[in-house]
Amino acid sequence: MAMTDTLRVNPIDCTGHGVCAELLPELISLDEWGYPLIDPRPVPPALDRDARRAVAACPALALKLSRSEAARPVRNSAGPGGTTPRTPR
Amino acid sequence: MYRKLAVVAQARASRKVVVANGAESEPASRKDELLLRQAPHLVLDGLQLAAEAAGGTDAHLYLHAAPGPEILRALAERAGQGLDRLSVTITQAPPRFLAGQETALVNRLGGGPALPTFQPPRVSERGLGGAPTLVQNVETLAHLALIARYGPRWFRAAGTDAEPGTMLTTIYRPRAKTQVREVEIGTPLRALLSDGAEVRAWLVGGYHGTWLPVPDATGVTLDHAALRRYGAAAGAGVLAALPADRCGLTEVARVAGYLAAESAGQCGPCLNGLPRIAAALAELAGPGHRKQTRADLERWAGLVAGRGACNHPDGTVRFVRSALATFAPEIARHARGQCSATNRKPFLPLPQGIPTSEDDWT
Repeated sequence: MAMTDTLRVNPIDCTGHGVCAELLPELISLDEWGYPLIDPRPVPPALDRDARRAVAACPALALKLSRSEAARPVRNSAGPGGTTPRTPR
Repeated sequence: MYRKLAVVAQARASRKVVVANGAESEPASRKDELLLRQAPHLVLDGLQLAAEAAGGTDAHLYLHAAPGPEILRALAERAGQGLDRLSVTITQAPPRFLAGQETALVNRLGGGPALPTFQPPRVSERGLGGAPTLVQNVETLAHLALIARYGPRWFRAAGTDAEPGTMLTTIYRPRAKTQVREVEIGTPLRALLSDGAEVRAWLVGGYHGTWLPVPDATGVTLDHAALRRYGAAAGAGVLAALPADRCGLTEVARVAGYLAAESAGQCGPCLNGLPRIAAALAELAGPGHRKQTRADLERWAGLVAGRGACNHPDGTVRFVRSALATFAPEIARHARGQCSATNRKPFLPLPQGIPTSEDDWT
């Protein structure tokens, strides 16, 4: 059920665009380097639509809604693009 | 071990992989290297046993250096006698701190860089080439081989009732030479770390481990239950007694600089936070520091913990936070422009030449 969905970010895929925090400030804020800090609690039903919008809008496809940690795995990013070390900002 | 083994054993897959992990990428640990040199057959026995129990079809040995003559000779002896069901593929890990992490190991065995990936899925569910993969430290496999030989009663004769057995430790003391010792679980740390010299702090576990103040922690024993009360764990089995003539802050700043350089640089909080944490610790290790540095450190520690794909930020924060608590009196001394050290020689070992994150990961 949507009520038990929680937001998770794949920190390797996330590049800190910040779109998620703009679309869902109720549950997502940005740290001082621009990376999302996500409310770990289940997404309240009233915010379900906004949460889905934020997931769909993530340019890095790093934000996911998952039922529970084990139930719906997020895909690994083993590709060369996802694993290249970046430079700090 | 049981949980991972059960997941792999119960998986329905035509291919299952079992890996003996001897990467020993913890710079202060020497136990795996010594075990592979002195008792290679135990590790190889354990690897075959684990493969048998898990239904493994592929066996791998992952090493931090080129395989030594002892392991090569042991493999040749076993092949000559047709002892083993599975032949063993050897892969060398790059000399990076994170190369031994399970997901990094799986990437490396697959021919890629030894970089961690985001979980789930766990490698026990979907690892090398998508196959369920059981990764066990070489020491764990040696224990398994010994239990198979001598039985559980023999194994339970050592250690505590709740935590039977022994573990391999690498011990650093002020006066004695670095030593690898097999010790019973539950052994008082004092018995392992005291050599008569004056000591201010103990480091337990390794560079993702925990600093304990001395004498406050002198009653602690080497078992999960006792260490947990101090927020510590035995980890890679590194035990170090920092001599009183060394500056704990200098040691901590040096290791934190290494840990920051060893970030894979894949996750934003770790990439940005660890270098700042290391720089702030270097400032605390110098004479005097800016007022906000302590608050910055606390905030950055909170921002990196739990936000990486692997446990590198969490382990680094454990090391740093326990150091801030343990060396609080020394921080105050440094703030006044003083330092209690009389010996500037580095104590904790680091690999030659601090690597940069652009270094090769293969």
